[in-house]
Amino acid sequence: MLEIKNLRASINGKEILKGLSLSVNAGEVHAIMGPNGAGKSTLSSVLTGNPAFTVTEGDVTFNGKNLLELTPENRSREGIFLSFQYPVEIPGVSMVNFMRTAVNEHRKYKNLEPMSASDFLKLQREKKELVEMDSKLANRSVNEGFSGGEKKRNEIFQMAMLDPKLSILDETDSGLDIDALRIVANGVNKLKTKDNASIVITHYQRLLDYIVPDFVHVLYDGRIVKSGGKELAYELEERGYDWIKKEVEGE
Amino acid sequence: MENTNKIDGSNIKSPSIGGVGEASYIDLYKSHHESIKKHSASVMNGLRDASFAQFEKLGFPTVALENYKYTDLKEVLSIDYGLNINRIPIPVNPYDVFKCDVPGIHSYLYFVVNDGFYPVTDPRNTKLPDGVIIGSVKEVAVTHPELLTDYFGKLSSTKEDGLIAFNGAFAQDGFFMYVPENVVLDKPIQLVNIMRADVDFMAVSHNLIILEKGAKAQLLVCDHTVDEVRFLSNRVTEVFVAENATYEHYKLENTHNKTTNLSTLLIDQANSSTVLANVITLHNGVTRNMIEIDLDGEGCETELCGMVIADKNQQVDNFTSIIHNKPNCNSRELFKYVLDDTAKGAFTGKLYVAKDAQKTAAFQTNRNILLKKTAKMRTKPQLEIYADDVKCSHGATIGSLDETAKFYMQARGISESEARLLLMFAFTNDVIENIRIPALQDRIKMLVEKRLRGELSKCEGCVICQ
Repeated sequence: MLEIKNLRASINGKEILKGLSLSVNAGEVHAIMGPNGAGKSTLSSVLTGNPAFTVTEGDVTFNGKNLLELTPENRSREGIFLSFQYPVEIPGVSMVNFMRTAVNEHRKYKNLEPMSASDFLKLQREKKELVEMDSKLANRSVNEGFSGGEKKRNEIFQMAMLDPKLSILDETDSGLDIDALRIVANGVNKLKTKDNASIVITHYQRLLDYIVPDFVHVLYDGRIVKSGGKELAYELEERGYDWIKKEVEGE
Repeated sequence: MENTNKIDGSNIKSPSIGGVGEASYIDLYKSHHESIKKHSASVMNGLRDASFAQFEKLGFPTVALENYKYTDLKEVLSIDYGLNINRIPIPVNPYDVFKCDVPGIHSYLYFVVNDGFYPVTDPRNTKLPDGVIIGSVKEVAVTHPELLTDYFGKLSSTKEDGLIAFNGAFAQDGFFMYVPENVVLDKPIQLVNIMRADVDFMAVSHNLIILEKGAKAQLLVCDHTVDEVRFLSNRVTEVFVAENATYEHYKLENTHNKTTNLSTLLIDQANSSTVLANVITLHNGVTRNMIEIDLDGEGCETELCGMVIADKNQQVDNFTSIIHNKPNCNSRELFKYVLDDTAKGAFTGKLYVAKDAQKTAAFQTNRNILLKKTAKMRTKPQLEIYADDVKCSHGATIGSLDETAKFYMQARGISESEARLLLMFAFTNDVIENIRIPALQDRIKMLVEKRLRGELSKCEGCVICQ
């Protein structure tokens, strides 16, 4: 589904990703872990086409298409979804209007008619339940005045609405208490099918108790330096990252 | 336009004798002041010579003046406009040409063609509540002269301003509205200013609005141009809002880019009165709105807001003053501009708090988005506070669209152009929310969206009236 080969990317002239390779297939959950500054969020930004980052080398294909040539909106329409680490507040744009626009732009891309108002409301109601989102939030401006937990639930709600093929969860656990974490993780698990895949970016092993990965990768200094099964996450939790750094630097 | 009758050129006095500029208008006045007076009302003529003397002294304002430094009117004031001094009827029937299309607004509808009040013939204008008078100043000067003498020119004649002085010298008529004590108008009054001429044309009018104690009224003013000639309008509106009265003033400009709109809105508030003024410029040529609200009573509530969407070489200058003369009043001011291409915007927010105006709460905000580097915005908060127990704040920002918000939307599959549109629309939203006539609010939302999409390149009817 996703094939990243030797990806190099920089921001303001500073190279962050230094030859990253990763392959994700349908039905898989990949966890990417790593210390601060390793390039975890850069990876999600580059995959979604954030204009702040420049790709200097490498290839990314998504279901056979050259992802790097697509605009951010077309990446989304092709089925890539990023749950933002810091969801953006957009005062004055209502959640309903925002979501309806997004859903209909996705439909337009697939040559489908816009969704009727009643179908949209039905879909919205259904998906809101998935993350136990307060229905009042839908009438507010996008993320404006939402608590940390509400913002993250809102991300998963949007994911449910757009039904992506590949979802990237960037530090979705940060700022969540244990109940919110369970709700969010539960939402993600319910959305999982054999046809879609997830990349879970996280600092801590905690989230992986709820969203169980098939593969765990350690990102350090812009590259994936170690990969393994879910047991690698426990090892990292126990031993920290220092031993990895030593291993890499010892090479 | 069905009505293509030419206005007889010989009936329009052109000021071009001796070049265009102050001098030609001064000559015009000297040679025609008798005609001007003959076709006007005595209450207006009473102030006319003094206004003319003031205009002779001040001339047209130039950028050398602090109050006019952001908008150079020299070019638009040098155009050779016709004036309809002999009050020849303009061959247009607004009731035939313009059909109101604000669904559900149900207003009392009135037209001013250029600077003349158009006789009411629309059957939709059901009977006004008892005692409410709406008509032309000239007409009311005959039927109710006592209503004019106490008010006419009281706010405008003390101003040292060349445009207001010019208005005093040349205005021959205007819109008049009177709402008696404790009368609440159940529907908004809608006043459509239609500019109609076959030659470059100037309209000069002086409006007067009086709300007695406890009265409530909403006025919606739409500026609208019909013909493709150059227009200049110079309108002064005086509004007196008595104790406990509530007045809402909505001004919606959607004119073509050969239009110059010089408007002065002067509002005087008595004890515990409430005023909302919302000035929206959707499409225009050159616009200068001078707005002054005097809080001359205690416990007043004032909300002044506005919005500008301008592109190409459009210019909009909102020059506003809120004068707190008495204690315990609250004022809030909010202006937002979206400027594209080489549009120029200017905002001045004067806030004056007199020594005795303790417990004043006054908040001012001006936020501006420049969509291109070539657009220009000048903003000037100007606070003069002489009382010591007050809460006052001001904020002004000039920026571009929020890139992180735009990316967030794109990451959800929303195209860049649609994301920009949603952001621009959201930016203006709080000004639109300040419209308290629901049907008008819906209509303006739709128009703003159309305007931002670039689909409203020129006025569509009066926006309100097609």
